[in-house]
Amino acid sequence: MGDLLRVESLAKRFGGIVATDDLTFGIPEGELLAVIGPNGAGKTTLIAQLSGQLVPDSGRIYFAGREITSVPMHARSALGLARSFQITSLFLDLSVLDNVALAVQAHAGHSFHFWRNARHEPELRDPARAALTRVGLGARADWPASALSHGEHRQLELAMALASGPRMLLLDEPMAGLGPEESARMVTTLRELKKELTILLVEHDMEAVFALADRIAVLVYGRLIASGKPEDIRSNPQVRDAYLGEQEAVHG
Amino acid sequence: MTAKFNLNTAVGVAILIALLLLPLYVELTGSRFLLTLFTRIVILSIAAVSLNLILGYGGMMSFGHAAYLGIGGYAVGILAFEGITSGFVQWPIALLVSALFALVIGALSLRTRGVYFIMITLAFAQMAYYIVAGLARYGGDDGLTIEKRSQFFQPLNLSNKTQFYYLCVTLLVASMYLVWRIVNSRFGMTIQGARSNDTRMRAIGFPTYRYKLVCFVIAGTLCGLAGALLANHTDFVSPAMMYWTRSGDLIIMVVLGGMGSIFGPLFGAVALLVLEEVLSGITEYWQIILGPLLLLVVLFARGGIDGLLGKVRRKVQHG
Amino acid sequence: MTLFIEQCLNGLQFGLLLFMLAAGLTLVFGIMDLVNLAHGSLYMLGAYFAATFAAWTGSFVLGAVMALGATLLVGMAVEVIAMRRLYGRDHLDHVLATFGLILFFDELVRLIWGAGGMSLPLPSWLNTSIRILPGVDYSAYKLSIIVVSLVVAAFLYWLVMRTRIGMLIRAGASNREMVGALGVNIKLLFTLVFGLGAALAGLAGLMQAPILTVQIGMGENILILAFVITVIGGIGSIRGAFVAAIMVGLIDTLGRAYFTDLLRLAFSKETAATAAPALSSMLIYLLMAIVLVMRPEGLFPASGK
Repeated sequence: MGDLLRVESLAKRFGGIVATDDLTFGIPEGELLAVIGPNGAGKTTLIAQLSGQLVPDSGRIYFAGREITSVPMHARSALGLARSFQITSLFLDLSVLDNVALAVQAHAGHSFHFWRNARHEPELRDPARAALTRVGLGARADWPASALSHGEHRQLELAMALASGPRMLLLDEPMAGLGPEESARMVTTLRELKKELTILLVEHDMEAVFALADRIAVLVYGRLIASGKPEDIRSNPQVRDAYLGEQEAVHG
Repeated sequence: MTAKFNLNTAVGVAILIALLLLPLYVELTGSRFLLTLFTRIVILSIAAVSLNLILGYGGMMSFGHAAYLGIGGYAVGILAFEGITSGFVQWPIALLVSALFALVIGALSLRTRGVYFIMITLAFAQMAYYIVAGLARYGGDDGLTIEKRSQFFQPLNLSNKTQFYYLCVTLLVASMYLVWRIVNSRFGMTIQGARSNDTRMRAIGFPTYRYKLVCFVIAGTLCGLAGALLANHTDFVSPAMMYWTRSGDLIIMVVLGGMGSIFGPLFGAVALLVLEEVLSGITEYWQIILGPLLLLVVLFARGGIDGLLGKVRRKVQHG
Repeated sequence: MTLFIEQCLNGLQFGLLLFMLAAGLTLVFGIMDLVNLAHGSLYMLGAYFAATFAAWTGSFVLGAVMALGATLLVGMAVEVIAMRRLYGRDHLDHVLATFGLILFFDELVRLIWGAGGMSLPLPSWLNTSIRILPGVDYSAYKLSIIVVSLVVAAFLYWLVMRTRIGMLIRAGASNREMVGALGVNIKLLFTLVFGLGAALAGLAGLMQAPILTVQIGMGENILILAFVITVIGGIGSIRGAFVAAIMVGLIDTLGRAYFTDLLRLAFSKETAATAAPALSSMLIYLLMAIVLVMRPEGLFPASGK
């Protein structure tokens, strides 16, 4: 059985900066792979290439056995690869439920339906409510999205990624800007989701990473310097020097 | 959002009822001028409704929308000039030509965004203006008189001002209902999502370009209908109908009334045109007031009349 | 052949006039990210001021200088009173607000000067022809327009490329926040830039007054062309505005001159006469449409954005 997601010799530069440097790795189905690395390591660029927002300069990406390197963004999501954004990118002038319902609608065939009221369609509203409940936002369904707190925005991000019924999630710093209580809640939610989905998690929050990851990959200057089980990564001297060292110095 | 509907809907429905009762008032007072004024208001409301679809709900700032008034109008005018006066031929052609123009203009313009989109829609509208102004056979700059209004089966006679007025009001109500259904449907949600955050829409799987294009064509076609009505109303068409400042007038109506609301365009058209009439009675230099008024609306009352009504309702409810 | 040279010079002259109008527009657009539809109103005011002051003082040149000053003042006043509140807002807001200003100015002019328009007669020393080439006489006034415009263009180039203020302008075009963070008085800079744009528009307006028109609504007609030039040249780029303006001026003038003859081969005199200006205008819009579709940032984008 192959990996659900496979990346081979992926490379991307921006002028003189190498964002992705000959990257090769795979993620088997059901695994949660955490990608860590110092700032500027190219983690967001990696997610952008995996989701289709950026086209790599060279290399290939395979999903469920099929090559998706040049498949456009909206088509990847149809294939079962969904992403959440580091910077909150929601439909702020619509309601929370509308936000998620749109994500559901995206995968419910074409939208050239002009007559039926979409807000009264159970095929759209029910899965949307279910996704909201899964992330703990059920009670906020009818609020305008702009009225949510930052932490709730991150949860909404997650709900939208889930709404399309994906096989795999690309999560770009879901903990960004969250306080300790909200982070803990997010970790619990992700732990639940882990059971049904494959996840690639980009994060800085080391507690969350070690709590959730089946495997960890370490990215420095776009290059994979280590990958393996959390305990191995923790004790890897190269990684300590490059990354965890500064983290431990900061966090004690 | 459902509670807000009440005051705004109430005022909107009240206006529609008043429009329906207007001819009775005209009968009683003999004020035929009012009938003419309000026929124009109703027709331009239809144009505003069509613009609100792409601008208010879709976020597509088209500065060339008046072009469709001209296209629809000239379709009727040119056919009438060439001896084809049947409305059953003229109006479908007016709609078809408007749709085709919208398709071509939209297909090219929607590849751009922001101010470039504004400029390119403006440019295309000006091109249409110049094409029409360059047609010597059809009057060029001076315009074209329409000897005979569109003919339909008896007893419908467009030359009967009251009948024509009721036809316009019916079409206004129908177009408002149509737009209402469209914006709440899956298609409408797609358009609204694209307005709210186009990148996100594409990221979650919507090829937004094609939806925006279809929306653009619907709006252009509806405005073409308004153009055909306008031609019949004034018995005259001229390139001035499509000059870019007319597009500006339509945008003012939509913004003044409240973008992205069902009754907004009605509020805006009525407010602007009635204001025009009232102010020009006071002073012939009324635009000196309108200009700064617009500036103030933009700075302080961005939600337009619809927004203000919403604020009033909230104040009453909580105040 | 002499006719062709004359038409080329006409096209150049028209293009340079358009450049001055477009330069102000593209500067304001590029640096303050402000879409100013009322730019044409300043152009109109320049013409009206010049006609008025020239009549008062009896001197064309004095009238022109005073008009320039007056337009500059009006421009800066407009910036302080209205434009300031629009920075950072949606372009739609700019369009609406400045559209309101157009209505205001058109009506104000009608109130003060009446609906009939005005005329600005040329002084006798300019109302002659100059032999520029053997067998080619060209209007002295039009030549002076060309000369003045080129001087202004050179001045703008020097200002933007060689001075501190110019550096701030260029920096502001690519990164507004940084310039503010550097401690530069942004408010003052913006007022000055807007004033400069207004002065350029006023200069264009007063220069064309003797040979074209002084009437209400003249701003709206030419504003579109200025925007088209801005878009073709690249927003924020003076160089782009220069090249695009010359192109547009030549296309428009040569088009009007030769399309009539061309069309007369196939159509009646009346048809050709009506269709020719339409065709040459369309050509310009077509050019813009092509540029927008193929190279949306314009021919000489001001980089950064």
